Amino acid sequence: MKAIPAKFKVNGGIHPAYHKELARDKAIENMPIPALLSVSMSQHLGAPANPIVKKGDSVLRGQLIGETAGFISAAVHAPSSGTVKAVSEAPTAMGTTAAIVVIEPDGEDTWIEGLEGIADWQSTAPKTLVEKIAAAGIAGMGGAGFPTHVKLSPPPDKPIDTLILNGAECEPYLTADHRLMIERADTIWVGCQIIRKILGATTVRIAIEDNKPEAIAAMEQAMANAEGDVGITVLKTEYPQGAEKQQIFATTGREVPSGKLPMDVGCVVENVGTTLAVWDAIVNGKPLTERVTTVTGHPVAEPRNVLNRIGTPYSDLLAFCGGLKGDVAKIISGGPMMGLAQPGLDATTTKTTSGLLFLAPQETQTFNSMPCIACGRCIEACPMYLVPAELSQMLEAEDYEAAEELNVLDCIECGCCAFACPAHRPLVQHMKQGKSKVMLKRRQAQKK
Amino acid sequence: MDINTILITAGAIGGVGLVCGTALALAAKFLAVKEDPRVEAMEEILPGANCGGCGFAGCADYAKAIINDGAAINLCAPGGAEVLDAIAKAMGIEASVEEKKVAVVMCAGDSDKAPRKHLYNGVADCTAAAAVAGGDKVCRYGCLGYGSCANVCPVGAIEIKKGVAIVHPELCISCGACVSACPRNLIKMVPISRTIHVLCSSKDKGPVVKKACQVGCIGCRMCVKLAGDAFEMDGFLARRNYDIPVENEGIVEKCPGKCIIKRGDSEDPAPAKPETAPEQTEGEASETKREG
Repeated sequence: MKAIPAKFKVNGGIHPAYHKELARDKAIENMPIPALLSVSMSQHLGAPANPIVKKGDSVLRGQLIGETAGFISAAVHAPSSGTVKAVSEAPTAMGTTAAIVVIEPDGEDTWIEGLEGIADWQSTAPKTLVEKIAAAGIAGMGGAGFPTHVKLSPPPDKPIDTLILNGAECEPYLTADHRLMIERADTIWVGCQIIRKILGATTVRIAIEDNKPEAIAAMEQAMANAEGDVGITVLKTEYPQGAEKQQIFATTGREVPSGKLPMDVGCVVENVGTTLAVWDAIVNGKPLTERVTTVTGHPVAEPRNVLNRIGTPYSDLLAFCGGLKGDVAKIISGGPMMGLAQPGLDATTTKTTSGLLFLAPQETQTFNSMPCIACGRCIEACPMYLVPAELSQMLEAEDYEAAEELNVLDCIECGCCAFACPAHRPLVQHMKQGKSKVMLKRRQAQKK
Repeated sequence: MDINTILITAGAIGGVGLVCGTALALAAKFLAVKEDPRVEAMEEILPGANCGGCGFAGCADYAKAIINDGAAINLCAPGGAEVLDAIAKAMGIEASVEEKKVAVVMCAGDSDKAPRKHLYNGVADCTAAAAVAGGDKVCRYGCLGYGSCANVCPVGAIEIKKGVAIVHPELCISCGACVSACPRNLIKMVPISRTIHVLCSSKDKGPVVKKACQVGCIGCRMCVKLAGDAFEMDGFLARRNYDIPVENEGIVEKCPGKCIIKRGDSEDPAPAKPETAPEQTEGEASETKREG
């Protein structure tokens, strides 16, 4: 298996300072179970799960504690064995409030009985495998957290021929996927084959950016005896190539039309972390109860890649990494480009927490937004061929119809425009707000 | 120049004018749009603020709706009793007078009293600020003070004072635009004669409220005990029942949370009116030009 460079390059994009050296060479470490685990029922986009345990219940690791509510929803399982201390509400990393189940671990970490893997997955019906994945509560672990079983059940009129494994990890600072590919390449490859079997995809591409040569080497080795149309595509490092639509273009040259999904061009993109979770669910029968989070930033004493239980408080994560050695001006859940700014360390990890980033005062700036100087740098940077300058002015004037016509809904909120803007306009914030307003209008129109 | 040329030209132009004039006169007669004079009269009666508070697309639309579709006549909030009387007279029906309602922002946690948890450096809009880490105020129910309500107010009745929105009741025209603009649903329409309010919307328990604000309702129920039905409890939050006046005004002093507040015109004077109203500015500007 030899990795081949990508033939295509996404439109726009930026080259921020990556700072991956902070945690790139730190092997994944298993964090001890914290004193309290607060598992949010809102783990991802879509409907939050409904808690099905109550105060005083004793739970075992892997026991279902949150039931799915609707199709685009994923089940939540107890991340360790112990007692339910409370079922209440708490702020999430997203800034909203959601139901949480607080578990006091008993330290035994006993798995619930009856978890059985499907050893013979090669000859199992795809439907059974998808059901197993749904039961394991797997949601996309790259960041957006789209429930995986939904992605893996495309309608019959949309055949999937290409599976892309997303190992781009284009967000600066984050190294969790990088480490996973180096350390768990073999299992990722098995997980990939399971997903390929479910989808019936003929082509498999592992997309990795060229700033991760060790990961490329590890995957090459794991796939040495792979058969069929299988390959590693080496992407030229550029943000945002880990975004689904950008990745599809960079890898296959196919463009997802406006308002359509990857399945419309016969592709499915899965994050490498998700693939590992799929492997764990199918081969070992284990539900998703842990993930790797990169705790990084210059003020952190020992930046690390931490294998932690879902529901670990951010404060415990930081303590495991030796606390702080310098002043912090900004805390971000996720990467610096698309992550969510945090008011404190009260939130807990979810299935989508890829990183916890601390920025020092000299690394952050507060800006005064100035009027657009019409330089066009945002247009050059936009990977979705939008015109952020004009859109942001329309949205400021609350002209949502005009913004909709200029395809504001295509914005992937990657932040390239705001990064490039010399007038420091809060372009992404305008877009986010505009998108929610346009969606609201559409929903209201549908009701009528 | 030949006199004939002049005559032919004059004749031709005059002829064209005559034909066009006749055509226009005929068109005016046969293609005339019959306007209901009552609609015009009704437009005269309505205040012409075009605030949209009635639910129609401006005063002209509402006038049409009253005359043609028999819309309710008591929908014009800015007009008040005077306009209602006039409409009733014009339509020849009884008017049922309702007391004027004004908007009240149910939060008093200004920058001295309610701390902020982080620095927000983004779009100056409450909805946008609320979407970043749940808003920058410690209190997750309180007014964020970025002025989304003030921006939609057609008459400038809302002022942001020390990070909290305050509605000036004497300027408010009861259109209700601010009510839907607030992402935290803090604005309620209240009868103008009621001046005692519970200026807190936090449903959190006492200790949480105490940490978030110096003037938050801690749910002690004292107002319900002392002033009876004028207040009612909604979980850990006291709410004012505006159907019933507050007889025991001492409650304002006694409220341990200091969130029951009496608001009067004198207490929060309206901002000094701009010297020139917007519609005058143009005229004045052109006058100056002429003088110059």
